[in-house]
Amino acid sequence: MNVSREDILKVASLSKLELAEAEFEVVASKFRNVLAFVEQLNEVDTTGVEEMAHPVDVHTVTRSDTLQESLDHDVALSNAPKSDGEFFLVPPVLG
Amino acid sequence: MNQTPYRLVVGLEVHVQLSTETKLFCGCSTTFGAPPNTQVCPVCLGLPGSLPVLNEKAVQLAIRTGLALNCKIAEVTKWDRKNYFYPDLPKGYQISQFDQPICGEGYLDFPDPDAPETTQRVRLIRAHLEEDAGKSMHDEVHGRADSKIDLNRTGTPLLEIVSFPDLTSAAAAKAYLTELRLLLTYLGVSDCNMQEGSLRADANVNLHIPVDGNDIATPIVEVKNLNSFRAVERAIQYEAGRQFELWKQTGKTIKDAPKQTRGWDDEAGVTKAQREKEESADYRYFPDPDLVPLRVTEAMLSQQKVVLGESPSAARNRLQVNLGLKPYDADVIVSQGQSMVAYFDGVVAGGADPKRSSNWIQQDVMRTLKENDLSVEQFPISAARLSELLRAIDASVVDNTRGKSIFQYLLEHDATIPDAMAALGIVQVDSSEIETLCKELIDENPKVIAEARAGNAKALGSLIGAARKKNANADAKVVRELLQKMIDAM
Ligand SMILES: [Zn+2]
Repeated sequence: MNVSREDILKVASLSKLELAEAEFEVVASKFRNVLAFVEQLNEVDTTGVEEMAHPVDVHTVTRSDTLQESLDHDVALSNAPKSDGEFFLVPPVLG
Repeated sequence: MNQTPYRLVVGLEVHVQLSTETKLFCGCSTTFGAPPNTQVCPVCLGLPGSLPVLNEKAVQLAIRTGLALNCKIAEVTKWDRKNYFYPDLPKGYQISQFDQPICGEGYLDFPDPDAPETTQRVRLIRAHLEEDAGKSMHDEVHGRADSKIDLNRTGTPLLEIVSFPDLTSAAAAKAYLTELRLLLTYLGVSDCNMQEGSLRADANVNLHIPVDGNDIATPIVEVKNLNSFRAVERAIQYEAGRQFELWKQTGKTIKDAPKQTRGWDDEAGVTKAQREKEESADYRYFPDPDLVPLRVTEAMLSQQKVVLGESPSAARNRLQVNLGLKPYDADVIVSQGQSMVAYFDGVVAGGADPKRSSNWIQQDVMRTLKENDLSVEQFPISAARLSELLRAIDASVVDNTRGKSIFQYLLEHDATIPDAMAALGIVQVDSSEIETLCKELIDENPKVIAEARAGNAKALGSLIGAARKKNANADAKVVRELLQKMIDAM
């Protein structure tokens, strides 16, 4: 599979990754390796095989609409890089 | 009628918060207004290692809604990840449904705003389940302080109902939304509270402009931030005017520009271009490996069919066709909600005349509810009691004026109609008494009688006051009718 420079830059930007020029070739070669690995699946003949949404043949796993305890407020915020004890704080977001 | 040099084309995407106790994929509460970040757990915070489990109630409510919207319900439906980065979406993706939504094509008929006795139809593309995001609060003044994130809402179940672009005016869009909200509250699937964000609408708007026998379409604009029905109507009107002016200036058509997103500024009354995030439309949907598909069984469908109940349009139709109400009156009662229809039905079931019941409910009951800020469930006069009162009026046991006094009395006292009449000193006058009264009036007022016999219909009116002076309980209508009869027989 041919992957262009633009493809890689697009995926990087969608993933919010900033690629320095020096890193580009390293990432690009890893990226192509992954694709080549997955591409092996194309060798399997899947003619007539029904498409599956999930690898295991299990369906309709549900729970009842019953309240479960939420995390304590301070525990919920404890992993946040920044908080004011009430909210998670993040760098300013414009609208 | 449409005098504009273009046809307006509008489709609506409506997000409805489903009335579940807990979130779509975890057991956290969905209650509105809790202190920030107190209704969160590892699942809705997107902490590593946590796994979502589907809430069966959300599925049931989605199926019920789909059935009421005449949708084809999927036999198998699945979950997909919609990937984007935003601070109020902790996982970095929203669990939604991409290519196998739970509800497929359907439609909704709604009262035509231009011809209220007929309906318009909007076709629906689909309705799918998804989880809500959290809430961000930004530093509006300077834009420099940190943004605050509250994740209580994260994971709340939403049903997104997407219409075809079948709506041809701002008024039609509002009317569709009004009917949809009414239906959803009848179904009990959502409280549809717009202030609390339980019902949110985005509008896709463009114009078809006839030029030399061909239709030219303007670029499609998605208008967001529509927080009220009024906002929906105003934003669409504004957007139509704006697009037409822009087309006259630039000539740009749907082929020249991709779909644009604009936000409605309610205060300024304008739509404003929203900053386009690069590649924002590329959500890279893929099936969520943490969730297995859902099979909708016959049992699940019939369970919901049983609880569908009467839709607003069916109720309107029944009130008109079976009970003889005018379309306007039927609509007023139905629009008040299911409890009001039940109250009306209760009054009629008690034997009162449907039209009189409708008048009294629209005037006296609804006015009292409004003045006292009550719901019909809290109304002090039961349907059976009001029915008893209206039957008394139907049977001329009391006249309308006396009926209003009894109504006022019943608001304060739990009493039967005879007890209320006794307490108010209202005595039903028997017919022989009325006859004597009328004979006296005729004897005492020869001049008026002469005028009445000469054909002056108004002349008798002056005798009604005189009759009430002689006997306060005399029914004006009965007196008038008897007087007329006696004069005619002279
Ligand atoms: Zn949770």
